[in-house]
Amino acid sequence: MDGSIMPTRMLLDIEDLTVRFVTREATVHAVNGVNLQVQAGEVLCILGESGSGKSVTLRALMRLLPAGRTRIEGRITLDGQDVLSLDRKRLQAMRGGLVSMIFQEPMTALDPVYTVGAQIIETVRQHRGGSQRDARARALELFELVKIPSPERRLDAYPHELSGGLRQRAMIAMALSCAPKLLLADEPTTALDATVQIQVLILLRRLQREMGMGTIFVTHDLGVASEIADRIAVMYAGRIVEEGPVADILNNPKHPYTQGLMASTVHAQDRQADIAAIPGSPPDLRRLPAGCSFRPRCAAALAACRERVPTPVFPAANHMARCFRVAAEMGEGA
Amino acid sequence: MQIQPLPDDDLDPRDRGGQAQPLLIVEGLRKFFRVKTQDGKPAAVKAVDDISFTVFKGETLGVVGESGCGKSTLARLLMHLIEPDYGTLIFDGEAVDSPDGITVDTLRQQLQMVFQDSYSSLNPRMPVRDSVAFGPLVHGKTREQARAVAKDMLTKVGLNPDLFGPRYPHELSGGQKQRVNIARALAISPRMVILDEAVSALDKSVEAQVLNLLRQLKRSFSLTYLFISHDLNVVQYISDRVLVMYLGRVVELGPVEDIFSRPKHPYTQALLGSRSSMDPARRLEEPPITGDPPSPIDPPSGCRFRTRCPYAEAVCAAEMPELSTWRDRESHVTACHMQNSASGHSLADVMGRA
Repeated sequence: MDGSIMPTRMLLDIEDLTVRFVTREATVHAVNGVNLQVQAGEVLCILGESGSGKSVTLRALMRLLPAGRTRIEGRITLDGQDVLSLDRKRLQAMRGGLVSMIFQEPMTALDPVYTVGAQIIETVRQHRGGSQRDARARALELFELVKIPSPERRLDAYPHELSGGLRQRAMIAMALSCAPKLLLADEPTTALDATVQIQVLILLRRLQREMGMGTIFVTHDLGVASEIADRIAVMYAGRIVEEGPVADILNNPKHPYTQGLMASTVHAQDRQADIAAIPGSPPDLRRLPAGCSFRPRCAAALAACRERVPTPVFPAANHMARCFRVAAEMGEGA
Repeated sequence: MQIQPLPDDDLDPRDRGGQAQPLLIVEGLRKFFRVKTQDGKPAAVKAVDDISFTVFKGETLGVVGESGCGKSTLARLLMHLIEPDYGTLIFDGEAVDSPDGITVDTLRQQLQMVFQDSYSSLNPRMPVRDSVAFGPLVHGKTREQARAVAKDMLTKVGLNPDLFGPRYPHELSGGQKQRVNIARALAISPRMVILDEAVSALDKSVEAQVLNLLRQLKRSFSLTYLFISHDLNVVQYISDRVLVMYLGRVVELGPVEDIFSRPKHPYTQALLGSRSSMDPARRLEEPPITGDPPSPIDPPSGCRFRTRCPYAEAVCAAEMPELSTWRDRESHVTACHMQNSASGHSLADVMGRA
């Protein structure tokens, strides 16, 4: 992003999303008031650790969460449609058509008893109709697009017959089969080997650019985010604590959690010194602390952090942080 | 035995060979698993194929490689959790599982292991303090002594024994469980610990805490580590020397600075080149190599990396490159025809001299 104001089109608008899982014993506050926008053609990375609510946000958007024990509040508008009020039929048209998703484990996301080709053909015919032959031609085209070697033969392979990298490419092919406007990727390269991970990342980046898809890419890996993101949203305990253009977040993080995450990521550290780790562990989502959820682990906490959830402040253009310390420093600077 | 008394008065009484004697020497270790291919033909997974290396006292040897390269099989072979087909282990000068050496039991009192999955490696029906006390109990301590050790070890790994000791594994977070596993491994005062992807499943902020803890424990207990990981950044941070594996073979071995600044083997170069610069202004535009690692069942002939290697020539398919001559802990060795001027590879002269 070069900072110039471009005429953009809002593809996705999430307003004040709250997701709670209710059981007899406890209520898990997984997502606590998330606001997110994705423009057409842009890659937003949601960066966070396990339990931060990043995957739950994606699943809420796909309406994949179990209806019985999930309470979803807020508003999700995708390409003009109100996602949370769609009926079953419209929802089916949306999933795989308008928006599709890639998961971390292609082995569990693909059906083991059908060939990968059959699964793509089924998706194509479901959304676009047409003959078996046309759908197979489309599947072959997709396999070539994601650079699967000997694609004709691989269409007839079962998921277990493919290597991890090829399985993930097959899943990407399936996700792209109906040219979705929004692609959701939930840690798609985490389970892959280093030399394969970078191949899949570069492939995804290229396809995203060529097809002009809006993309939400969930990851815990700063390196992955730095390779693919236009913008980064950092999540902690179900809230976005910082958001901004990728270079701003990585070079000039403002929120103490983002700063801690960067300091604790091992990358060419001094071998003689300890890593500056964040003390403690993330809060129990059944019993969130009052005020800022990061306060118990934060070295820079103020009295106000204990009382209220910080409201967003903007230390730079398009760069949001929810932190009283950042707000105070901005006040001093003014 | 006539040994010069060393000035170092906190010398470990179990140290039999002295500082110069490597703690562990592995020679010609091999493990093939018999399997059947899809059409029913017998085949072999060449998980560990003729591996030799040395671990010095007090060092951290990092082992890197992708899935299927045999690094976990190697760890299990060293612990004698699986039996090697061939090869010898020499622990502090004594052959393991040999009539004139030490038994596997004796080995395991000095060599312990921490696994990747912190949950499945703890007994879910046992409070974690009992899991930690189990080792000392088995190795001859009384119940009270074992309890005391467990309490002490839990404290040393940063867990309050009164608070966390009575809990069951499912009541702990991933980082806390891994601390318990470390406490359990250290409870019988081993001299060497194998850490098999021990921090890989942890969140970054927790991973950093556990890495700091491991470094601190290594200093206070004078430990030697074999640190297995797929994360090159972590290996670079924690290791003194690094061993790179590919499909059951050692492709490169050397001091950490040499491996990371002057990698010789094309595979090591590709691994290092696959790392993100963490700078969005300097993104990788081309992957260093293409394709997935091949299956370890019936791996490629000759050099196993040749199917993905940009420099592969006929000689690479015909002959398996041998690891160059290893001399001491400063040696940087590699198994690549390009590094051997006599191999006949067209780039051998250029690379060999470099």
